[in-house]
Amino acid sequence: MVQLTLPKNSKISVGKTWNKPEGDGDWKEFKIYRWNPDDGLNPRLDTFYVDRSQCGPMVLDALIKIKSEIDPTLTLRRSCREGICGSCAMNIDGTNTLACLKGMDEVDGAVKVYPLPHMQVIKDLVPDMTNFYAQHRSIEPWLKTDTATPPTEWKQSRGDREKLDGLYECILCACCSTSCPSYWWNSDRYLGPAILLQAYRWVIDSRDEATGERLDNLEDPFRLYRCHTIMNCAKACPKGLSPAKAIAELKKLMVERRV
Amino acid sequence: MNMRTPLKTARNLGSAKEGADHFWKQRVTGVANVALGLFLVWLIASLVGADYATVKAKLANPVIALALLALVVSGTLHMRLGMQTIIEDYVHGEAAKIVCVMLNTFFATAVALACTFAVLKISFGA
Ligand code: SF4
Ligand code: SF4
Ligand code: FES
Repeated sequence: MVQLTLPKNSKISVGKTWNKPEGDGDWKEFKIYRWNPDDGLNPRLDTFYVDRSQCGPMVLDALIKIKSEIDPTLTLRRSCREGICGSCAMNIDGTNTLACLKGMDEVDGAVKVYPLPHMQVIKDLVPDMTNFYAQHRSIEPWLKTDTATPPTEWKQSRGDREKLDGLYECILCACCSTSCPSYWWNSDRYLGPAILLQAYRWVIDSRDEATGERLDNLEDPFRLYRCHTIMNCAKACPKGLSPAKAIAELKKLMVERRV
Repeated sequence: MNMRTPLKTARNLGSAKEGADHFWKQRVTGVANVALGLFLVWLIASLVGADYATVKAKLANPVIALALLALVVSGTLHMRLGMQTIIEDYVHGEAAKIVCVMLNTFFATAVALACTFAVLKISFGA
């Protein structure tokens, strides 16, 4: 059965308060999930304070400041710091989002920061994305053609190109998939919103010649049909995309080719 | 220890190449249930306070009896499909899942047969 409570070794305890605010300053409190695979202890929630007048406006700025000035062992992924690499996805104030796009002023009171939900944790805020990436690989996210490669580019009409809008912008941050209850319960077999949005992106690409084969590989009670249009994915996406809509379009195509 | 590659795990047993049928049947029976459900509400409302003989006379009408039978088929089919989805969502042990899916089919079939028998008995009964 589905597991509704955390296993014993995942229960979160109260952690350490690293720095009490000292002197004047515009202090913001951060409560951050910590887990170290090497110390044998349960995860804990550590408290840090950051002076906003000495720090950039985003949650990521605060995390980097904490890492460089207070606790260098705080572990997180980040790269572009402008919402384009997708690596700083985490759960902030109860919502999956990108730390570099989330202003700390958007949160009232303490800013709670956890790793993406329902993923194995490697350390602190770093989840294990192995299965997510393997699922992406499994939908073969590249152009597949049988026609001989043209001497110049594969041509596409303006109208067909526009069909990729709302899909190509996806940065594979996994905010959507890890917000989806269906993905929580069945991520071993259900592809989840991010990967299905990517799958749809290739299914409707006018240049791709493997459309039927792609649909064949998706038509499965678990790979596709675990989506019950709960819409958490569209709410979570920090890029404003709607995986739920892409999934609905896939389901429509499945019916269209048989009715 | 699991020494399989992540891709092997993700591909698993491959696609069942099935699911659209379940999805489509659930929509069709869903639409049918709306229409037939409204009919049932109307039927019950029109029979409030009536005695058994009146009900019998009404159900002897083939249009009414057939509509009720259609509701039984569509309703129990929809129920079975929906329940199967919930089982697949939440029951994870392979054996438990198969048993649950089977029991679900038996239950829906039993409900369908009992309802059909009741409608026919009232409709045809002397
Ligand atoms: S719409 Fe589908 S993919 Fe999106 S959160 Fe809901 S079940 Fe998950
Ligand atoms: S659809 Fe949005 S939330 Fe999901 S992976 Fe792509 S960018 Fe991230
Ligand atoms: S650091 Fe690249 S998306 Fe946040």
